[in-house]
Amino acid sequence: MTVTEGVFFVMAACTVGASLLVVLARNLVHCAIALVFAFFGVAGLFVLLDAEFLAAAQVLLYVGGITILLLFAIMLTSRISAGGLKIMNEQVGIAGVVVFAIVGLLAYANLRGFPDAVAPLTAPDNTASLGKLLLTTYVLPFEVVSLLLLAAMVGAIVLARRDREKD
Amino acid sequence: MENVYDILSEWGLPLTVSQLIVMLAVATAILIFTAVSVMFMVWWERKISAHIQVRFGPMRVGGWHGWAQSIADGLKLLLKEDIIPAGADRLVFALAPMVVFAASLAAFVIIPFGPGLIAGDLNIGVLFYISISSLTVVGIIMAGWSSNNKYSVLGAIRSAAQAVSYEVPLVLSVIGVIMTVGSMSMTRIVEAQEGMWFVVPQLLGFLIYLTAAIAECNRTPFDIPEAESELVAGFHVEYSGMRFAIFFLAEYANMFVVSAIATTLFLGGWHGPLLPGWLWFLLKTYFIIFVMMWLRWTLARLRVDQLMNLGWKFLLPLALLNMGVTGLILVLKDS
Repeated sequence: MTVTEGVFFVMAACTVGASLLVVLARNLVHCAIALVFAFFGVAGLFVLLDAEFLAAAQVLLYVGGITILLLFAIMLTSRISAGGLKIMNEQVGIAGVVVFAIVGLLAYANLRGFPDAVAPLTAPDNTASLGKLLLTTYVLPFEVVSLLLLAAMVGAIVLARRDREKD
Repeated sequence: MENVYDILSEWGLPLTVSQLIVMLAVATAILIFTAVSVMFMVWWERKISAHIQVRFGPMRVGGWHGWAQSIADGLKLLLKEDIIPAGADRLVFALAPMVVFAASLAAFVIIPFGPGLIAGDLNIGVLFYISISSLTVVGIIMAGWSSNNKYSVLGAIRSAAQAVSYEVPLVLSVIGVIMTVGSMSMTRIVEAQEGMWFVVPQLLGFLIYLTAAIAECNRTPFDIPEAESELVAGFHVEYSGMRFAIFFLAEYANMFVVSAIATTLFLGGWHGPLLPGWLWFLLKTYFIIFVMMWLRWTLARLRVDQLMNLGWKFLLPLALLNMGVTGLILVLKDS
């Protein structure tokens, strides 16, 4: 076993274990903290795939941004951070069927493999080529996404301001 | 590095084992350097603060100007009883200092101490630091929440709010340098500063970076997360002994990392006449650390609203302006 393989299994175990903890922990803060480790494991897998930029973006946005927002929201609503959360509800049966279907499908697809679908890595510096592609070939989707984010931001500000005027 | 692998394979070790040995050796070297450097910085800060306040500071331990004071303090903290408060969330409480320290130690990977003296010259260099440092905030929130103490939660929330707001100008101030070099690799950024340091063309970026970096380190004038007079101590109120020592270590290690990155990006890294490269690098880094200490003992603490105003209404537009002007100059130069 090479070091890369060892790191892969550690990262995969970290991701799966932390993800299980996210859905199974009884305390919502524990769930959010486990989410950090799950995101971190995914970032590690990205690094193993030579996608350093994606890994850094993953940690920066998901660990540094989204989870911290989640933790803020949980801590500011003390009633749910007290613990004793109900994990299951009446939809557990249907959810189980869906989960097994998805796992089966993914396992089937992965075992058969996609020998042709994986493009060989040609560019030596994929960060630079990613930047170039985003600003040339895929500039329209890129701009559309930024417009969407801007709209979301304006919406959030409008909602927050309206609340303040009521007080 | 290749020589080491050759020697190890001559001994009949498989490549996996020798890779692990090299990784362990580099990690240990960085850990020892961090510990020694932090002990020096703590003593230095106590001396600087003392002299700014017309005192002497520690004078007794070790003889010459109390040089062994930090070692004595460190030993004392290591030997203290490990206390976990009764109402604390034990697992998260124990995990929090490790997360914070791991985040600040990981940043040492991309610091170029000299030509070739870098643990990993990643092609995402600067971005690696920016993303890994956001893990610190998670650790701080974990510490604040798990202590089950009002003051520590308040400190943690303040700290997270401050870190998230100042991360934006910090990232934008660095972009000017990245645009000029065309690479995020720390080695290439230093190589591009042969002749002229980026502090001259990117003076605005440097000042924004320094301000935002001090805020990221939670140091005065941006220390409301740890404001002693209102919050006792901030997120680590309930920590004592070894765990507290780890937070302290991480804080000073963070300060070193932030200064080392400022040196790399703006002060020409290892470039300098006469002296060897690594010495120049350390001298510049400790100079920035000195400036940070100087500011801490000179300025008063900002209020929360002043802090947010400075970050969002002043630093952010300036950083955007810096980015725009840099881009314009680059385009005009090209055509």
